[in-house]
Amino acid sequence: MTYPANLKYTKDHEWIDLAGDQGKVGITDYAQQQLGDVVYVELPEVGVKLKQGQSFGTIESVKAVSELYSPVTGEVVEVNTALKDKPEAVNKDPHGSWMVVIRLTNAGEAGALLDASQYQDLVK
Amino acid sequence: MEQATAAPLKKTPLNARHRAHGAKMVPFGGWDMPVEYTGIVAEHLAVRERAGLFDVSHMGQIEIAGKDALAGVARFSSNDAAKLAVGQAHYSGLMSEKGTFVDDLLVYRLAPAHFLMVVNASHIPDDYAYIAQRIQPAGDAVAVDASSRYALLALQGPKALETLQPLTGVDLSSIKYYWFAHGEVAGVRATISRTGYTGEDGFEVFVPPQSADKVWLAILESGKPFDVIPCGLGARDTLRLEAAMRLHGSDIDDTTTPVEADLNWIVGWKRADFDVLAGADVLKSQKASGPARKLVGFEMLDRGIARGGYDVYIGDAKVGRVTSGTQTPYLKKAIGMAYLPVEHIAAGTEFDVDIRGRRTRARVVPLPFYKRDRR
Repeated sequence: MTYPANLKYTKDHEWIDLAGDQGKVGITDYAQQQLGDVVYVELPEVGVKLKQGQSFGTIESVKAVSELYSPVTGEVVEVNTALKDKPEAVNKDPHGSWMVVIRLTNAGEAGALLDASQYQDLVK
Repeated sequence: MEQATAAPLKKTPLNARHRAHGAKMVPFGGWDMPVEYTGIVAEHLAVRERAGLFDVSHMGQIEIAGKDALAGVARFSSNDAAKLAVGQAHYSGLMSEKGTFVDDLLVYRLAPAHFLMVVNASHIPDDYAYIAQRIQPAGDAVAVDASSRYALLALQGPKALETLQPLTGVDLSSIKYYWFAHGEVAGVRATISRTGYTGEDGFEVFVPPQSADKVWLAILESGKPFDVIPCGLGARDTLRLEAAMRLHGSDIDDTTTPVEADLNWIVGWKRADFDVLAGADVLKSQKASGPARKLVGFEMLDRGIARGGYDVYIGDAKVGRVTSGTQTPYLKKAIGMAYLPVEHIAAGTEFDVDIRGRRTRARVVPLPFYKRDRR
């Protein structure tokens, strides 16, 4: 799996797809492989304010529960409710299965995130 | 702080094969075991719909022989081993003197005075030490830890018989559920047992460790027309939970009795030698007075997955805990088992599970969650 160059990554294995002052957030292919079959995703309500590194939800595979961590500080402006009924989409298309859209309140944070090649080094 | 464990993980004879297949390996009970190959959901469904092959060579084998072997088994095994014919097996509890589970096990009668016990991997040394000490008063009975002499493969699912039959001269259809036969599989000396831990029809095949890989490959090859696939311990756990088979260390342990675990059927209450069983007095009085709590099955009503260890509430009172729980791949719902006070065990009773701080509604349902059609 190659990690798309247009995304930014965290050491906690989330990605963010930035556009203006907003970014779609999901988990990486490496994360979904480690989890195994995803059966449940619990996401926040629109309007929730998050700090960088704060948990915004949980993702469960058959075997395990993991926290989802926000790559940036900001406010949840959109939630992908379709994942409720199709959590397996995270396995099939991890970099296309966004979970929340966050409006950044500290744009400077994004610059410090990993780029694709740095993330690739982290998980190889 | 967790104690550091320096001991290297043990490996089954199929370890290299699992790695070659690309299995995801995890430490389990001191062993380096495959948790999944293609994914827990795919493997679970393969066993329900076709068949799957598991390496369960980490399981322990303890043999008891000698003219008083039966009297020896009677001193620790809750079920009535006298009822076993040669060639027959049953599920039983390895009882402590408190009437609780040191372990659970399958007891095979190999000969009138020769028994084979299959026990959980992580308990082999403790079980063996306990059994060896416990059978001493029986007389002429000797226990041997024979675990290193066996590899154990489990072929489970509706296509198990059709997959295995071409590899053996033993007429598999003549082996009844919980019976076994000796013969050859893929040219290898084997004991073939119609048992399993998945709720499906299937066979467990005991073979010499040096031949395990040959038999493993032969079974997968023979199963190709049915898309039989290798499976890991992850699917084994979700399969056994759907079938409501107890897991020692989760649903039963040395603090719970067969009465509390709703396993009265594995206690030989009427056997003449019941009083020599470890914990017999505790079991008898608990059966007479009724236990304070019992293991029940439940399914979640609200969205959420209850996991082992989560607390159970009725109103504001914490009344028990979940012992096993998952989202099941076949039934596609969140299920689990929990100990509840006996006032609250009737099917339909609702309670709350504390899922990471959130009270989540659940309902008691009859066990098992899944039962195969027997044709």
